[in-house]
Amino acid sequence: MAKVLEPESGGVALQAVGKRLPKLDALDKVQGKAVYIHDLKMPRMLYGKILWSRHAHARILNIDTSRAEKLPGVRAVITGYNTPEIKVGFLKDNPVLKKDKVRQYRDEVAAVAAESLEIAEEAVRLIEVEYEPLPAVFDPVEAMREGAPLIHEEKGSNILKLPWKLICGDPDEGRRQADFVVEETFLLPWVTHCCLGTSGCLAEFQPGGNLTVYSPTQIRYLAQRDFLEAMAALGLKDKRVRVVSTAIGGAFGSKLDTYPFEFITILLAYYAGRPVKLVFSREEEFFATPARQKVEAKIAQGCTREGRLTFRDVEMVLDNGAYTSWGATTPSVMMMPISSLYKVPNVRYTARCVYTNNIYATAMRGYGNPQATFAIESQIDALAEQAGFDPLEFRMLNANTAGEVTPQGFKVGSCGMKECLEAVRESLNWNEKRGKRNGRGVGVGSLIHVGGGARIYKSDACGTIIKLDDFAKVTVMSGATDMGQGSDTVIAQIVAEELGVCIGDIKVIMGNTDLETWDVGAHASRTTFVAGNSALYAARSAKEQILALAASLLNEPQEDLAIKNSVVYSRRNPAVSMQLERVLRAAHFKTGGTQIVASHFYDPPTQMLDKEMKGNFSAAYTYGVHGAEVEVDRETGRVEILKYVIAMDVGKAINPMLLEGQLEGGAAMGIGYSLMENLQTEKGKVLNPNFLDYKMLTFADMPEITSIIVETGERFGPFGAKGIGEPPLVGSAPAIANAVYDATGKRVRSLPLTPEKLLFDADGSEERGGE
Amino acid sequence: MIAVKISFLLNGDPVTAEVPDQVTLLEMLREHFELRGAKEGCGYGECGSCTVLVEQEAVNACLMLAAFVNGKSVQTVEGLAGKQCRLDPLQEAFVEHGAVQCGFCTPGMIMSAKALLAENPRPSRDQIRRGMAGNLCRCTGYAKIVEAVAAASKRGCSCGESS
Repeated sequence: MAKVLEPESGGVALQAVGKRLPKLDALDKVQGKAVYIHDLKMPRMLYGKILWSRHAHARILNIDTSRAEKLPGVRAVITGYNTPEIKVGFLKDNPVLKKDKVRQYRDEVAAVAAESLEIAEEAVRLIEVEYEPLPAVFDPVEAMREGAPLIHEEKGSNILKLPWKLICGDPDEGRRQADFVVEETFLLPWVTHCCLGTSGCLAEFQPGGNLTVYSPTQIRYLAQRDFLEAMAALGLKDKRVRVVSTAIGGAFGSKLDTYPFEFITILLAYYAGRPVKLVFSREEEFFATPARQKVEAKIAQGCTREGRLTFRDVEMVLDNGAYTSWGATTPSVMMMPISSLYKVPNVRYTARCVYTNNIYATAMRGYGNPQATFAIESQIDALAEQAGFDPLEFRMLNANTAGEVTPQGFKVGSCGMKECLEAVRESLNWNEKRGKRNGRGVGVGSLIHVGGGARIYKSDACGTIIKLDDFAKVTVMSGATDMGQGSDTVIAQIVAEELGVCIGDIKVIMGNTDLETWDVGAHASRTTFVAGNSALYAARSAKEQILALAASLLNEPQEDLAIKNSVVYSRRNPAVSMQLERVLRAAHFKTGGTQIVASHFYDPPTQMLDKEMKGNFSAAYTYGVHGAEVEVDRETGRVEILKYVIAMDVGKAINPMLLEGQLEGGAAMGIGYSLMENLQTEKGKVLNPNFLDYKMLTFADMPEITSIIVETGERFGPFGAKGIGEPPLVGSAPAIANAVYDATGKRVRSLPLTPEKLLFDADGSEERGGE
Repeated sequence: MIAVKISFLLNGDPVTAEVPDQVTLLEMLREHFELRGAKEGCGYGECGSCTVLVEQEAVNACLMLAAFVNGKSVQTVEGLAGKQCRLDPLQEAFVEHGAVQCGFCTPGMIMSAKALLAENPRPSRDQIRRGMAGNLCRCTGYAKIVEAVAAASKRGCSCGESS
């Protein structure tokens, strides 16, 4: 169910862009032909298995691998003591095989490669490890205290040396200007990606020492760089690494970093001299892969009597877990809604990431934004109530607008926030339904996210190469990654539109670092915008080459020529035309001929954040509003979602059907985050490492989603499009929590919103009133 | 471990196999017959990615021992399309309605839907939701899958909305 609000400009009729076309690889996938890491097999391939720690924090006194080595069928047994040290992660604090001590149950102590998975599992059981347990710490606030057990002794403190801080305007003055202030604390749990395909990779060394890694990674080229570091550690400094993507069985941020298991697989393949595949079981996927972190957020916001926001002050503590992956950098994205969701002139944000003996934190769809937006948007409702405003009106009053420069320095191009708010108001029948307190209620949650890439590295680029063959078939080699979101199809639509060919003539190849050119990775909702622009400009360059050739063949000025339906024709005199394939063959079949190959490396017009964490780090910003109508059962505390609506300003929908898929899928993940998902740990041990105990939405739980697509036409976007991958889950939790408040008068400040929190005051967060 | 010799119908063809008695149907299909459409998403019957049909009924192939299918008929996603790649209406509907994203759950979804439609050719959307609740998907939010199953149930043949 989707409604499209058309942009005002209208424009020329598009042939491929804007169409509800099926995903290009769906045909393979419905026949079971797509090859995931689980399906990949090489001649003489061995199976890898990791021995995990038995303690949350302990010294390793001794590892005896002798019995494992003697087991028939075992081809390599490795530990931190018989391999070169390789450390991974953003702060390089994670040795791929732990030496001297373990810091979490998920820690890799040893690994085996064997002729079968069964033998590898048996061998791992035969490895004997002597531990001396150490005092452990699982609460980040306790971990910050003097005398707390140190997770990494050499660092001298459990607080990471990443003092996230942003100050815009004068937040103290903003507080003085406020007539109403609300201060609260919000708690967010650990949740995990639940990719249906578990993690894994396959490593194979070629006879000359070059390495191929088959992997469902989101960051083919950054992974290549990381694996080259491992090669250097093995003394293979000048060799090549090729990363080949398999079909990805879900990613959602989980495959945005490289992890110890990948390096362990490389080491096993090196020492065994055979290809090795290592794939996680579901249980390993739950406890050994990093997750979206637990956050405690203290937040205060204030407004004037007229309802204008005067300040926002946020202080967070993030559980980093035992090691550092991208989780520790999510505050850089949390700053975005904190500084720039609504017009708020004075902002302060500080965040501390703290080592504990818990599982560790990485990227997950939204990258910190869901946690920050839950706190901000829940509180916006509370503040509106204090100041005597309808919460939706209050949002309209403070809404972002096109052309504004936010306090953090974001230059907002297109902005459809008010249109989204209006659309949700209408769809929910807001004015009628709100404020009844009769067990039924409505709520909204707005959001901002990067929609034009995010310059978190010095480059935010993507490369594309396009070639055309003798029969006018187009091959697009893109550095981008498709993990199911449909970037293959969106890129093909953009190229088809620009080149004037039908989508069936286009093949998009992505997934081999030997073939395609560089891309920074599938993150930050950047692929449609950045890879799309890259493909668009490469197609334009190919088109110019074609038209130059055709101009001489047709004796027409090049500027009069165009391509449509694979025919080159003169716009002045359409009777003058030539089949595109004939133009291409004419180029090939002559003495001194030529070929059509074009490439483009697109890097969006953005800045890195400066030392104060300010700057325009995305070329566009995506806005949206989630809305929910809920019914809360007074007897059981169960929340039922009666209606769910997402209105999203996407700039331009390149493929409305795939876009709806993003909205519906994001909403499902967001509703799960709101109502049921919680990766529970006790003294560092994951208690629910399976789908029975870790609840994600099933068919039966999923409400109907109403998708409203708002098109504002982004100036820098390909055909006006902005990124959309993450926003569909960002506003879910506050929309639902606000609806629950509207239904019951009960404000729950921690996720998930379980029945016990609604029936009893088992919230865990403290309530402090405003003035 | 004892090897068991079994004969059964696999996607319409009579086949025999000699498999260790502890091997699951999923392992046998994937390793022995190299039919890798059915996936192991969890290995204990919670996600439905391994769903195949045994005697027309949807089962979790990860929970069933291979020896159990002796004398029975087994259908996998690979057996749905005709020899010249003519897709089953369910496969077509999944493609056309955007019901496939990462695709890992897709073969199991389609086989579950196949069993559902065999039992109830015109299910309501609610019946689809309840009938397929044993299959997990993390990408789509299920909406497009419900649409696809509903569309396939209506036609029993292809409908070409796309161009």
